[in-house]
Amino acid sequence: MIGIYIALTLILSLAIFFLRSRMASHIVVWCFMLLQWALTIFAFNHKYETTLEFFTFDPLGLIFLGILSIVCVPAFYHSYVFFNTRKNIPRERALYFAAMIVLVASLSAAYLSNHIAVTWIFVELTTLSTSALIYHNRNERTLEATWKYVFVCSISITLVFIGILFLTITAQEKGLKEISYQVLVANAALLNPFWLKLAFLFIFTGFTAKAGLVPMYTVGIDAKDKAPGPAGALLASVLVNVGFLGIFRFYEVISNTSIVSWANNILIIGGLLSIFVSAVYILRVKNLKRMLAYSGVEHMGIVMLGIASGGAGYYAAILHLILHSFAKPALFFQVDQIYRIYKSKSIYDIGNYFSYHTPGALVLLLAFFIITAMPPSGMFISEFLIFRAMFESGNIWLLVVILILLTMIIWSLARNIFKMLFIKTVGFREDHITRISPLETISQYALLAIVIYLGFNPPRALVNLIHEVTRNLPQ
Amino acid sequence: MTNTLLIILIISLIYVVGANRLYTYIAIIAFQGVVLFAVTFIELIEISVVNLVFILLETIIFKSIAIPLFLNYVIKRNNLTREAEPYVSNFLSVVVITAIIIGSFLLSNTIHDDHLKSMFFVAALAALFTGLYIIVSRRKIITHVMGFLIIENGVFVLSIAVGSEMPMIVNTGIMLDIFVSVLLLGIFVNRIGDVLKEHDAEQLRQLKD
Repeated sequence: MIGIYIALTLILSLAIFFLRSRMASHIVVWCFMLLQWALTIFAFNHKYETTLEFFTFDPLGLIFLGILSIVCVPAFYHSYVFFNTRKNIPRERALYFAAMIVLVASLSAAYLSNHIAVTWIFVELTTLSTSALIYHNRNERTLEATWKYVFVCSISITLVFIGILFLTITAQEKGLKEISYQVLVANAALLNPFWLKLAFLFIFTGFTAKAGLVPMYTVGIDAKDKAPGPAGALLASVLVNVGFLGIFRFYEVISNTSIVSWANNILIIGGLLSIFVSAVYILRVKNLKRMLAYSGVEHMGIVMLGIASGGAGYYAAILHLILHSFAKPALFFQVDQIYRIYKSKSIYDIGNYFSYHTPGALVLLLAFFIITAMPPSGMFISEFLIFRAMFESGNIWLLVVILILLTMIIWSLARNIFKMLFIKTVGFREDHITRISPLETISQYALLAIVIYLGFNPPRALVNLIHEVTRNLPQ
Repeated sequence: MTNTLLIILIISLIYVVGANRLYTYIAIIAFQGVVLFAVTFIELIEISVVNLVFILLETIIFKSIAIPLFLNYVIKRNNLTREAEPYVSNFLSVVVITAIIIGSFLLSNTIHDDHLKSMFFVAALAALFTGLYIIVSRRKIITHVMGFLIIENGVFVLSIAVGSEMPMIVNTGIMLDIFVSVLLLGIFVNRIGDVLKEHDAEQLRQLKD
């Protein structure tokens, strides 16, 4: 199935690149959606099976694949809205959709791969397709974002490769013939701790570029800012997941060795610094999309703290990641509509949104409550569980610091978002306001509803799946 | 013999940070390709012929001929000034690189590992950190790419050290090398040269908060 999927994806992306009529691109995108959902349904029905030697339908891969397939439906829909409301050059549109298809396919393959080198190859492919998406609007600022993204991601991916080499050194010593995750987890206790530590440092640092954590988060911010809204939604949710997946799969390997507490410290430092950086920048950021991107850095920091705390933290971290992947795209889709009304992403220029586009303003208000983890939001549950896990693991002072930083973040998000919703801006001309159909906000309400529902009443199957993800970790 | 070659590689790192002209950088990168070819030839002689040919093509054809020609073309096409324009003085750079090399030696001395020859480890780490240092201490965008190529050479040394039993890893590394170099230089040739007037990292400062 994976083989068919990859082959058909290649054909479809080439087809959409060369057949540039509007009709053809619709048909190809529909075919791709069907293919993506066929793969997802097939994968859920064949749990733990291995195909093509390098791909296993394991629980974490299944969860992320499910999220991807759900999120990419509105992403493609909003991409069409994006092209209908802006200049629509067939060549650029073709490149955009081809890049989207390659991005979704390489993400799916990276989620499902069971070999560290194969994950690495597909993560590299996501860099390529993402750079095409960032450079969609051809100007100097997107060029700068693209160049920085490609350059820093190339360095990060090299660091991951060095980590894999260190891992290979110790695997060879112990006579392991291959380095699939399964073999590594089974033989983790044999491996040399020194090389494992070096490998973890390099792999963690390398994947932070995708996951949006300190040290390499910077290029991700530029990318989410400069990519078109619907593409930014994918970069802020499913692409972040692939970075987390890279870190988590390797964490699984070392979680049963003697260096796990050392690794936990690294995760705590990374998570704490991420939250700190995002608090500092959200206080002064003036660009709406960059503000949302920094909020993603904060949430990834919380997830890392959850993993490092152990116990209930594992479950809560995965749940938090799932909810975040549904909440963030809703906001990015909404930002695109805000941009159509105000022709600006600066918080200074946006105001009194309620009177111009009420359904959209309600989405913004609801999404604000959801990403700041206030009670109707499912993220309240997951964050609460993470804080409890931190408390139980004895990191009380750390928890105090985190809570202070989170308060700062919530305050600055509230200040900016309520300003945009209610306060009039000077000099905004009300006579030529773009009318936006309320139908375009349905997808955002649906995504936010998923977040609320999954937080309060997670289906039995999902809970079991998350518990299976964490089965290899020390309980 | 391998150790001598690796030491030559390390010396070339000191030479490159002390250099002033872009063409010296290109020459050193080409020279490192030849050294890597020699190291591979000695070390990996027992692996299969197909893999050997693949690796030799990558080191000689790609690293020492194609990339330097390409860099030359980029410099000519975009009319870059021929100076490397570092932020710090060359003397200081040489001191920093010497410190990096000594640090790599000290670090590799703490490892007692029968499988890994420590000289490979030293050369790889030294090239990695030298490349990072060149990236942060030079002003031109093209020198950033050259720093990245030096990092890639370091990674290649490391992959030879571990790759004799796992040729798949070496091939993956080569794929990374070719893919990323083509991507980076491709963007450079097609876009940056046309859009930005001065090829200076100072110009990449518009995106900030």
